Amino acid sequence: MLEAINLSCVRGTRRLFKGLSFSANPGELIELRGENGSGKTSLLRILSGLAAPAEGEVRWQGKTIRSLGEEYSGAVAYLAHQNGVKDELTAIENLRIANGVAGHALHKPEAQIVLEQLGLSRQQNLPVRFLSAGQRRRLALARLLTSKTTLWLLDEVLTSLDDTAIKLSSRFIGDHLTKGGIAIIATHQDLNLAADRVQRINLSSGLSQ
Amino acid sequence: MFGWLVWRDLILAWRRRADVLATLFFFVIVVSLFPLGIGPERETLKTIAPGVVWVAALLASMLSLGRMFGNDYQDGTLEQLLLTPQSTYLIVLGKTLAHWLVSELPLVIIAPVLGLQFGLSENSLAIVVVSLLLGTPVLSLVGAIGAALTLGLRAANVLVALLVLPLYIPVLIFGTGAVQASVGGTSPQAWLLLLAATVVLSLVFAPWATSAALKISVE
Repeated sequence: MLEAINLSCVRGTRRLFKGLSFSANPGELIELRGENGSGKTSLLRILSGLAAPAEGEVRWQGKTIRSLGEEYSGAVAYLAHQNGVKDELTAIENLRIANGVAGHALHKPEAQIVLEQLGLSRQQNLPVRFLSAGQRRRLALARLLTSKTTLWLLDEVLTSLDDTAIKLSSRFIGDHLTKGGIAIIATHQDLNLAADRVQRINLSSGLSQ
Repeated sequence: MFGWLVWRDLILAWRRRADVLATLFFFVIVVSLFPLGIGPERETLKTIAPGVVWVAALLASMLSLGRMFGNDYQDGTLEQLLLTPQSTYLIVLGKTLAHWLVSELPLVIIAPVLGLQFGLSENSLAIVVVSLLLGTPVLSLVGAIGAALTLGLRAANVLVALLVLPLYIPVLIFGTGAVQASVGGTSPQAWLLLLAATVVLSLVFAPWATSAALKISVE
């Protein structure tokens, strides 16, 4: 479904990786490993379509993502380092607006259910600037859960989450995979996920195993 | 989707209304300084009025350009917007519309009050409003290109001014031309038509250029 063919990435004058190829099918998980600065985020941005690779191409269902354009965006959710939530909006507004802008309206009761699952029901009407780092991360996860996309690109998804939230997000990612989703996760921690097939790509050595 | 985007920017502007008011007060103060500095001579004031109002409007709209994409860029919501399954052209158009409603429309509304200080006739005041109504969308549309190009740069505000002010020149000429014609007692129609043509032209090309600039800045 997702194929990366011979990708290479150059940041400034440094080549981060070269000749990287892999593919992922529904139900599969890819864990990206590598030391800081090895290009995990750059790879995720290339896969999301935000950045272009120096060489190589990314294909989705056999077509390059450049040619698919917005159609590809509809299948991808990218959870970056930054949570992508607005400080001035409340948790529930953030969630509903993010979905509305993406083209599928989320009704208030549905949004409340998702926020409750993530333990944010008491904070749903607070402006996000009053939330802690972990709570903002949970809100970003809520956006991911409501995004209805197949491919999840997660960059250090567990950052600033507590134990409960880590368990919760592992469960959500597991559910996503069982439903035929694909997840590509850059992480330093073990996720203990049950997936049909787990691939580990270590960017430090530039080899996929 | 378009509605959600505009609604989002309007709520955000409301929650940060101090920023919006600052731009408006800047416009009011700049325009009001001229009658104070030049003196109460009616004929002189009438001659400079079109230029003063228009230049002040250009400067005031410059001030708000940094906010157009800047905040969204910093908190990562701009990336998320670009990753939605919508054409970037529409996203840019939505954000530009919101910018116009929030930062330009108040200038248009308050302009006739400021025009009174220059002793403009009712007819000329109406032309001030009409010319601003036609011209300010161009300021938002063209300004968006500069705002997108300078995203994340140091001294972005100064750079935006250098990039965008030269592009505002046609609007300035047509806009002041219309008001001057009306003050001088001739028909401003030709100038207004030229302004309308500029709106159409920038409506077609500016969001497209802004989309390309945004993609470069985000990458």
